[in-house]
Amino acid sequence: MSTIATLLKRDLAALLPGSAKGNSLLPLLFFLAVAMLYPFAVGPDAALLGATGGGVIWVAALLAAILPLDRLLAPDVESGFFDQWALRGIAEEVIVAVRLLAHWLSFGPFIMLAALPASALVGIDNATLHTVLLGLLAGTPGLAAIGIIIASVTVGIKGNAALSGLLVIPLAVPLLIFGAGSLSSGGEGGLALTGAISLALVAMAPFAGGAAIRASRES
Amino acid sequence: METCRLAANHLACRRGERLLFTGLSLELAGGEACHVTGPNGTGKSSLIRILAGLLRPFVGTVENTGSMALLDQSLALDEHLPLGKSLAFWRALDGAADRDLARLGLAELLEVPVRYLSTGQRKRAAIARLLGQNAPIWLLDEPLNGLDTQAVALVEQLVAEHVAAGGIALIASHQAIAVPGMRTLALPDFEPELA
Repeated sequence: MSTIATLLKRDLAALLPGSAKGNSLLPLLFFLAVAMLYPFAVGPDAALLGATGGGVIWVAALLAAILPLDRLLAPDVESGFFDQWALRGIAEEVIVAVRLLAHWLSFGPFIMLAALPASALVGIDNATLHTVLLGLLAGTPGLAAIGIIIASVTVGIKGNAALSGLLVIPLAVPLLIFGAGSLSSGGEGGLALTGAISLALVAMAPFAGGAAIRASRES
Repeated sequence: METCRLAANHLACRRGERLLFTGLSLELAGGEACHVTGPNGTGKSSLIRILAGLLRPFVGTVENTGSMALLDQSLALDEHLPLGKSLAFWRALDGAADRDLARLGLAELLEVPVRYLSTGQRKRAAIARLLGQNAPIWLLDEPLNGLDTQAVALVEQLVAEHVAAGGIALIASHQAIAVPGMRTLALPDFEPELA
């Protein structure tokens, strides 16, 4: 138990916005920047903005989740942390599960908070905002899980940032379809499916990630 | 110190298309030290990683009793944190107190971020991490790289003390290292003969 607490403390210190490593506020600012630019791009048509704004928030959340991927696992593999953990008998799966939690905590809740000012910027009404927030709550753990799987698969590749971004996008399409789709149907079916996909991804991520990191040692 | 043993049976290591060594057997009991020698590229680091369980051998098995500690070229300390805090992370995992910080000349560097440390200071910080693990089996990959003569003598002394206390030390280095009673294993002896 204390092992997990120690690991989580280090991960949060590295990943939370405003932490010592510096650039961790970027995903959040990026998210707000997209929401701010969108009305400039489509023009001041309140009806159009209201109808499409929720979807834009979803796309912005997806893109913001991609930003920290290159520093999620690769630095710890390069500087030997994973080797040292392996020698201490701490399984890669445990490390990846803790990292997944820390990664989600470092962007999920903050994206949901930032969705409040973003909803004002893109001009969506309260009912839509409610659905967006529930959708993000159900969908962001899945986005974090996809992110950590891709980060672990690309761990040995130089300049992996752009590649991981490209790999995440097709995998995130189901989350986007049901998450953003719940906006137009207004139904709970979309939200439930988003949550189900998220759960499956979260359950899978530690095992996929652990195996990928072990495989990267052999190359 | 708990009893420990490290044995390798008929190891062979393949990297890419090349067979680096084959038929390597080795058995170390508590209180023994072994110096693995050989020029660059003969597989010293690969042998260490195989023994540590981080790399699968092409052929052969490794058995060990007792936990292993690894010192290699990777520092495994957070670069942006002060040295004291970086070491505290491993201390929290290992549950042991930092040992010999003053002896390693690190006591006055604890407030300095790891990224500002010199090559020799980084190596000594890694040794502090190794000591803190309190593991009976030491796997050291080029532990003398970047160290001055004084620090080299200190490492030799630390290894001698560890072995005298019943531990195992396996040291891969192309440099000479003086530890009393240390065996030598020349890796080129296990290079496969070309047909």
